Amino acid sequence: MKIIKKFEVPYLQILDETGKIVSKREMPKLSKEELKKLYYLMVLSRAFDEESILLQRQGRIYTYASLYGQEAAQVGSAYALEKDDIAFPSFREHGVYLTRGAKPEALFLYHKGDERGASSKDVNVFMPSIPVGSQIPHATGAGMAFAYQKKKAAAIGYFGDGSTSKGDFHEAMNFAGVFNAHTVFLCQNNQFAISLPVAEQTEAETIAQKAIAYGFKGIRVDGNDILAVYKATKDALTEAYTGKPTLIECLTYRMGDHTTSDDASKYRKPEEAKKHEKFDPLLRFKKYLIKAKILTEAEGKKIQEQVKKEVEEGVKSFEAMKPYPAEDIINYLFEKLPDELIPELDEIKKIAEESK
Amino acid sequence: MNMVDAINNALDNEMANDKSIVLLGEDIGEDGGVFRVTDGLAKKYGNNRVMDSPLAEAGIMGVSIGMAVMGLKPVPEIQFDGFSITILDQVYNHASRIRNRSRGLYHCPITLRCPIGGGIRALEHHSESPETFFAHIPGIKVVIPSGPYEAKGLLISSIRDPDPVIFYEPKRIYRAIKEDVPEKPYTIPLGKANIVREGKSLTLITYGSWLRESLEAVEELKTDIEVIDLRTISPLDTGTIISSVKKTGRAVIVHEAPKNLGIAAEIMARINEGAFYSLEAPIERVTGYDTIMPLASYEQLYLLNKEKIKKAITKVLSVKG
Ligand SMILES: Cc1ncc(C[n+]2csc(CCOP(=O)(O)OP(=O)(O)O)c2C)c(N)n1
Ligand SMILES: [Mg+2]
Repeated sequence: MKIIKKFEVPYLQILDETGKIVSKREMPKLSKEELKKLYYLMVLSRAFDEESILLQRQGRIYTYASLYGQEAAQVGSAYALEKDDIAFPSFREHGVYLTRGAKPEALFLYHKGDERGASSKDVNVFMPSIPVGSQIPHATGAGMAFAYQKKKAAAIGYFGDGSTSKGDFHEAMNFAGVFNAHTVFLCQNNQFAISLPVAEQTEAETIAQKAIAYGFKGIRVDGNDILAVYKATKDALTEAYTGKPTLIECLTYRMGDHTTSDDASKYRKPEEAKKHEKFDPLLRFKKYLIKAKILTEAEGKKIQEQVKKEVEEGVKSFEAMKPYPAEDIINYLFEKLPDELIPELDEIKKIAEESK
Repeated sequence: MNMVDAINNALDNEMANDKSIVLLGEDIGEDGGVFRVTDGLAKKYGNNRVMDSPLAEAGIMGVSIGMAVMGLKPVPEIQFDGFSITILDQVYNHASRIRNRSRGLYHCPITLRCPIGGGIRALEHHSESPETFFAHIPGIKVVIPSGPYEAKGLLISSIRDPDPVIFYEPKRIYRAIKEDVPEKPYTIPLGKANIVREGKSLTLITYGSWLRESLEAVEELKTDIEVIDLRTISPLDTGTIISSVKKTGRAVIVHEAPKNLGIAAEIMARINEGAFYSLEAPIERVTGYDTIMPLASYEQLYLLNKEKIKKAITKVLSVKG
């Protein structure tokens, strides 16, 4: 027997957990303003997250999936996107929406069970996808459309470690390889799928290596290092524009419960999550920014205040919104509602009227 | 016991008696399932009998088939109704026809459990009623219990059944109804409807979570109405339906799934075939609308309620025979 192929899985970390640059060579080209913007977006994401959990506890929104701990993976990757690139998120990617310019009120609205919050104009982020992994083929298809249209644009599919068990993931990756799709696959390996640790999800040591089977590059990055995430995504996008897909595994950690309906203490010792606090993506980035004199403590405070205001305004404006007309539960089924369904539309209107 | 306890107890009873029974599904082990239906079973029976599966519904159903044809009795769980659709390929193209294709050499004793329906303000895809898809497949039994006592007896029968059963558990009543449920195993036959309340003026046919509101509606109207809980929606118990409608001459059918091609349509067709000349009024159905289940803010508008049921009953009763 002889070895006919050997493979490697690269790992990228630029900023370690103490806030020190460990790989100067890989440092992405970002201005001071941009670095500050990244920090602001991470703080915004966390503030939005904390507010959402609070609103859920108070019954003002319904089930919510926290992004706590995944700010770097979401903000760093979304910030690397160009205007024409499109993201296909799962249900946890609030940081991706915010980075792309979605307003907090839209995200709150969605979690209040209002369809109008699911999509936002001009942000180029598709609706959240709750059936795990089902959005990954869409990212491949969108990347195939860009290839067909010879457009300098790419699609990025977001998903968790759990979704890599689904056929959708493997089918999407295989299509992307075969059709040279303009696609980036971004896995946030937060090490849990509800209660199942990633080690029981797959026997593979990394998620990144799964790309090798489909003929393209897989890379693992420190998912709590925003600079590494940004750099890896930027590089992958550049490749994607030329028809070379990449799988990026952001190794991170789900700091909170799976969702507000979950109680993680049932399957994970609280001390275990506590241990991960020292890898907090915000802390290390802030340390770096302060040490490098890009940010002052005073500016940091100002960002906190600004973000607080933004989130509070978001709450105010989503709670001030009137419900949509009841008949809209059926009105958007088709471009034109078939005559056959008009009696149902009328009944819905009538019942809504009566229950006022 | 509530329905969660009753189902847990049924699984426990059967697992204690039959080592070939294995459970698999997402988060059913240490976490005890997202609705806690399998709570404690992993501890009691071990991780090789209560398996936390990777996140892959089609895989869960596919490997269950492999285990079943080699002598195990898998009781897989799909976490939510919306995700039970991805198993259709394995159910339609394999589970349903293994006995037929092998002329009886192989068979497929699987009981697939899955929560169903709306009413808990859940996320998108978590409030669906897809029972009709499965009921349409020849070779598949579809069971939907209406409360704790029913759930236990029907689940034990499903597990003991030598053929594949889809067992949908109405999540709205997981904890809403408490009943006396014997700790010991007992069975309720599949394919046999239950006359919950006898009456002469009208037959109300329903299943699952809406039995409760249907009974309340009937009580409030103070008329002599017969109420049938189908228990099994495929195969339908046509005999019980027909003899009831022959007696009452009127019928109302209630289910949460959309109207178009729903179970009510099939029941109406069977009444037409078997009791047409006894009918004194057109049959009414109270169903979900033919639209996508709205998100939480409009869920209640989509869902059925006592008033909608009462209105349909009153309408049918008002027709002069
Ligand atoms: C197809 C499907 N099956 C089950 C679920 C229920 N569910 C929601 S999230 C989740 C775990 C997802 O894990 P992962 O992909 O790692 O993403 P994470 O939640 O960690 O972000 C499960 C099982 C679902 N939404 N979709
Ligand atoms: Mg995960």
